[in-house]
Amino acid sequence: MDNAVQQKKPKVKQLKNNFRFMWKEYKKSKYLFLMLVPTLVWYAIFHYGPLYGIQLAFKDFSPIKGIWGSPWVGLEHFKFLFFQSPDFLRIFRNTVLISLYHLIFGFPAPILLALLLNEIRFSIFKKVAQSLSYIPHFFSWVVLAGIVTVMLSPSEGPVNYILKMIGMEPIYFLADSNYFRSTLVVTGIWKEIGWGTIIYLAALSGVDPSLYEASKMDGASRFKQTWYITLPSILPVITIMFILSLGGILNAGFDQIFNLYNPAVYDVADIIDTYVYRAGILGAQFGLTTAVGLFKNIIGITLVLGTNFIVKKLGQEGVL
Amino acid sequence: MKATIGENIFQFILIIVISLLCIVMIYPFIHIVSISFSSPSEALRLGFHLYPKEIDMTAWNLVLSQKKIWIGFGNSVFRTVVGTFLTLFIMSLCAYPLSRKYLPHRTFYTMIILFTMFFGGGIIPTYLLIKELDLMNSLWVYIVPGLIPTFSMLVLRNFFMSIPTEIEECSKIDGANDIRILFQIILPLSKPVLATLALWTAVGHWNSWFDAVLYISDQSKQVLQFFLREIVVTNTDAETLGRSVVGNLKYESAIKAATVTFAILPILVVYPFLQKYFVKGTMIGSLKG
Repeated sequence: MDNAVQQKKPKVKQLKNNFRFMWKEYKKSKYLFLMLVPTLVWYAIFHYGPLYGIQLAFKDFSPIKGIWGSPWVGLEHFKFLFFQSPDFLRIFRNTVLISLYHLIFGFPAPILLALLLNEIRFSIFKKVAQSLSYIPHFFSWVVLAGIVTVMLSPSEGPVNYILKMIGMEPIYFLADSNYFRSTLVVTGIWKEIGWGTIIYLAALSGVDPSLYEASKMDGASRFKQTWYITLPSILPVITIMFILSLGGILNAGFDQIFNLYNPAVYDVADIIDTYVYRAGILGAQFGLTTAVGLFKNIIGITLVLGTNFIVKKLGQEGVL
Repeated sequence: MKATIGENIFQFILIIVISLLCIVMIYPFIHIVSISFSSPSEALRLGFHLYPKEIDMTAWNLVLSQKKIWIGFGNSVFRTVVGTFLTLFIMSLCAYPLSRKYLPHRTFYTMIILFTMFFGGGIIPTYLLIKELDLMNSLWVYIVPGLIPTFSMLVLRNFFMSIPTEIEECSKIDGANDIRILFQIILPLSKPVLATLALWTAVGHWNSWFDAVLYISDQSKQVLQFFLREIVVTNTDAETLGRSVVGNLKYESAIKAATVTFAILPILVVYPFLQKYFVKGTMIGSLKG
């Protein structure tokens, strides 16, 4: 008889069983789950909460009606951005260009420094050099902007002093559109090159020394050793770092630019994030700037997933 | 193996190149500190400043007599100390369950958290959320919205995963629950990683300025970096820059340099002693889930 009932409602029974099983699992590790609850709540509020506000990208926001009550406008903001706005093309181009420069020059820089540091046989010197090279990483761009402004000043700065000594005219690096982007790249490298070496040096210390011994027997030069042994050995790390920096291609470095730029260089320095701050927070165009932010986020996640996919296809390990 | 002459020359050149690089890395800091102690005419001299010719403390006196500098200092210390402590606590509570295989739906929770690293609402929705939560002009806005740095949390989780589970299984038999295991067994074993993460968090708090710009308009709740920005970057703090006093006008460069030095001093002082901890943790964690 019992059997007959069970056959009549197999699905309900199964669900019930599943639920009972889950309940048991959670009960067994209730303290473990309890620990996780506060953080889940926190992630829900502070990371998933803002996702609710993304609807503003399709709405005409009015502070009185609130996010929910504001009327829908469909793709108006995007249409305005892509076809009418005088700013969008400029900020998009600046963002991509500055990011690309950072990527082209800033990405290989720590790898190169790590390779050089790795060749040093004098280990105390190597340690001291590493420690010194990390220093700028620990300061905010507010501090570094203050320092960079002094260093590059045309009237008091040592950089222009050197230029003057070799007979060049002083250059106002921070107010001249021709030099501003290069200044961003160079100061960006200055800040992060040392810190960036850490991960590569860790990878380099894991390279099997017997490979070098063997190649020396075969008469490989130092350059050939680097090219055929060292670089391939750290390629997985380089790949992961590259995917991560590609994902941030639309993050051209808000902190740095926001503290270094000025109206004189807006045409080459104004990026998506600085524009969102000025137009959104200061100008209260919440709908439009949310749309810009959404656009940026979607490109970012697409790039990460895309590169990750390609890298995996090529047989390398990806990030996810 | 004996070093060849070629090898020695190579090492020599290498050391020179790296030394030059190190000079480039640290000279700007020396320059700023030196300017802050310089007399106006010396501060304005074009060229290198390795040390002040004669020590002039006027700029320092001016900066340190500003009340707001100390208000900012106090608030920065508050957010650094309280924020770092809370972050370590909550981060451990989050990382530990995620590191244990027997947590039900572990992959699901990990994915939920990983997702936030790659996609977010953006600055405007976050700003509106903070407004909605009534965190504007509250000191908690410095701490709560950034309470769990996801990357650091994953570093910690990866470290927890590397601790052999036999240790905790023993104490489980003795009747200890997961909370006790975390605080009495796991965390004491994780001191070096916790030290690294604490340093990262503390430096992050000390250096933060954008949340102050966005959310705080009450001057008594501002942090040091904000006032520093007004003095050094936007040039809007006429009072501290001494523009109201005729004789002080020429001290602007030295005043800016002194404020910068004041803000970097805490990090510069602890750096030599703690620098090995700064680096240790980076080796331990990677993003791999």
